[in-house]
Amino acid sequence: MQTFIDFISFKDPNVLYVVLGMFFINGSSAMIGTFAFLRKRALIGDAIAHALLPGICLGFMFSGDKNILYLFLGAFATGWISTYLVDYIVNQSKIKQDAAIGIVLSVFFALGIVLLTYIQNAGYSNHGGLNLFLFGQAAAIGKSELWIFAVIFITILLLIILFYKGFTTVAFNADFAKAIGLPVKTIEFLLTSLTVLSIASGIQALGVVLMSALIVTPAAAARFWTNKLPKMLGIAVLFSVFSGFIGAFVSYSESGTPTGPWVVMILSLITLLSFIFSTKRGILARYLQARNNKLKIRHENILKAIYQYHERIGRQVRLDQKLSATDILGIRIFDTSELQKGLRRLIRNDYIRKTEDRYQLTEIGAKESKRIVRLHRLWEQYLLKRTTIDTYHVHSGAEAIEHILSPEIEAELKRELGIEGIPEEDF
Amino acid sequence: MNNCAIEVHNLTTTYGGAPVLWDIDFELPAGQIIGIIGPNGSGKTTLLKTIMGLLEPSSGYVKIFDQDLEKMRERIAYVPQRESVDWDFPATVEDVVMMGRYRKANLFRRSNRTDLAVVAESIEKVGLTPFKKRQIAQLSGGQQQRVFIARALAQKADVYLMDEPFVGVDAATENAILSLLEEMKAQGKTVLIIHHDLQTVSDYFDYLVLLNTRLIAKGTPQEVLTKENLSNAYGGQLTLLAKVANLIKENEFPIREKDMDL
Repeated sequence: MQTFIDFISFKDPNVLYVVLGMFFINGSSAMIGTFAFLRKRALIGDAIAHALLPGICLGFMFSGDKNILYLFLGAFATGWISTYLVDYIVNQSKIKQDAAIGIVLSVFFALGIVLLTYIQNAGYSNHGGLNLFLFGQAAAIGKSELWIFAVIFITILLLIILFYKGFTTVAFNADFAKAIGLPVKTIEFLLTSLTVLSIASGIQALGVVLMSALIVTPAAAARFWTNKLPKMLGIAVLFSVFSGFIGAFVSYSESGTPTGPWVVMILSLITLLSFIFSTKRGILARYLQARNNKLKIRHENILKAIYQYHERIGRQVRLDQKLSATDILGIRIFDTSELQKGLRRLIRNDYIRKTEDRYQLTEIGAKESKRIVRLHRLWEQYLLKRTTIDTYHVHSGAEAIEHILSPEIEAELKRELGIEGIPEEDF
Repeated sequence: MNNCAIEVHNLTTTYGGAPVLWDIDFELPAGQIIGIIGPNGSGKTTLLKTIMGLLEPSSGYVKIFDQDLEKMRERIAYVPQRESVDWDFPATVEDVVMMGRYRKANLFRRSNRTDLAVVAESIEKVGLTPFKKRQIAQLSGGQQQRVFIARALAQKADVYLMDEPFVGVDAATENAILSLLEEMKAQGKTVLIIHHDLQTVSDYFDYLVLLNTRLIAKGTPQEVLTKENLSNAYGGQLTLLAKVANLIKENEFPIREKDMDL
């Protein structure tokens, strides 16, 4: 707990650097990653991230020092070359994008490891810390890096605002963007450069192996929650920055553990939770919907059976009989426990009242039961009129559909069948 | 031809070395509804994309109202095939139709009142006003096609190029498109449509281009839809042409000697 308080109160100025650094890094990559995700180029991020390693090593060898600017320039160059190579391979051969990414990624990473080993053995002084680039160490963020990350974050934010129309049009339909004369080449160049930049800014803290997760995962998680692009961008940034904070904190309190894995774990957890709980697209929402449908069908079937009971004894106009559960089961077969559950729910909702062991429709229950039978019969009539269907199958065809017909469709059915004016009880 | 909307001159477009369009020459009259027909793989979409400048021809050129395409971009609207985009993109009907208002010149400007009015009018014309706030994935195939057409309408162009707008659409959409075409014709617009259903060709179009890698025929439906032309395009008589095209591809042979008869 004390560590947490120390952490959020920025007692140690390094913590402030780390938190701000994570904000800039994760914010940049989530924003530009959303466009990569929408352009179906999310995997390219992985190739770029791995390709940064040789660039960093070359930058180090060139400057003979861990000068962040040289490391950064090297990383940017090899990152760019990797995306260019992927596109070149795809355009000039029969190799598809997934395979091209695999090839480029492993070649660059292997080269990076070779250079890294060479540096360690070649007697460079001050090479310590270069291998942190593999898994990342947020604690290594210092004041000078922070400036670079902030500039990158602001650049990406401003360019997205400025080029919002161009970016969205290219992401949705690049051919159309070209057809209306937008500078598609420039826009694609910008998108790629910004992606490389944001990945390059993150590798020190997150590591080359896991940095690509920051491009893909926030967008994937955010997509579950909204159908609007500006909101999606905001949610992606929120998820990513939050994971960054938590990851940095864990890495800080368990001093020395790499930050990248923690951030990715938390981000993935958020994605998993989005997958389950999101309001529209999540599996929980879909499960609840399916369950509601099942309940609705059960309740409506019970009400219908009660109506049919009245019909059998010729009292369907008044619907005032008191039935036992056995009477209902005589009309339609229900699972006994399901029938009991259904009846209890119907009583709670005032469709049915129970006196001693007998059940009777309330006024709204009577109305509802009539409505269901009416829909069933309307649909049967419609099928018979409009399609060729075996008369034996008409009933079963209407059995499921009656539960889903909306009042608008009911009105349309009546209009089509020309039975607007006929009193409800007559059919 | 007087009043020529699109001139295609000696056009050849290759894909992976093999010619997909080969020495195509035609001029299309302005103010008409024009159909491009031909069997699958006959280069119809390639022709449209080359006219639109999306593909680079290996020889020949295209002129729009006797001008280079780049000068005329704002006067041509393009309706790509519906399947060419991912409809799960986070955008509403309005958002997509608004893309029809985007220009190189207004790329950095916010949409103004005229843009909004044109977008609303275009959506109304295709009968999607009740759906304008809806996410595009939640539309039927026919409605999605109408979104694309509304986006083209929002461009307020003179020439419209449509790639298979009638494929996989419901009757309501088909009728909506047909009455729009009538309206566009009355306004003197030129519409070029890729079509595959020979049954409806003579009802829909004033002028036809029949294609199978090479130009088979052009003219009014009566002139084009002869038994001979159709069997040339569809009857497999052109297998020799396909064989030569394959040879060219396999041997990486140049499709023509340099600078000949351009």
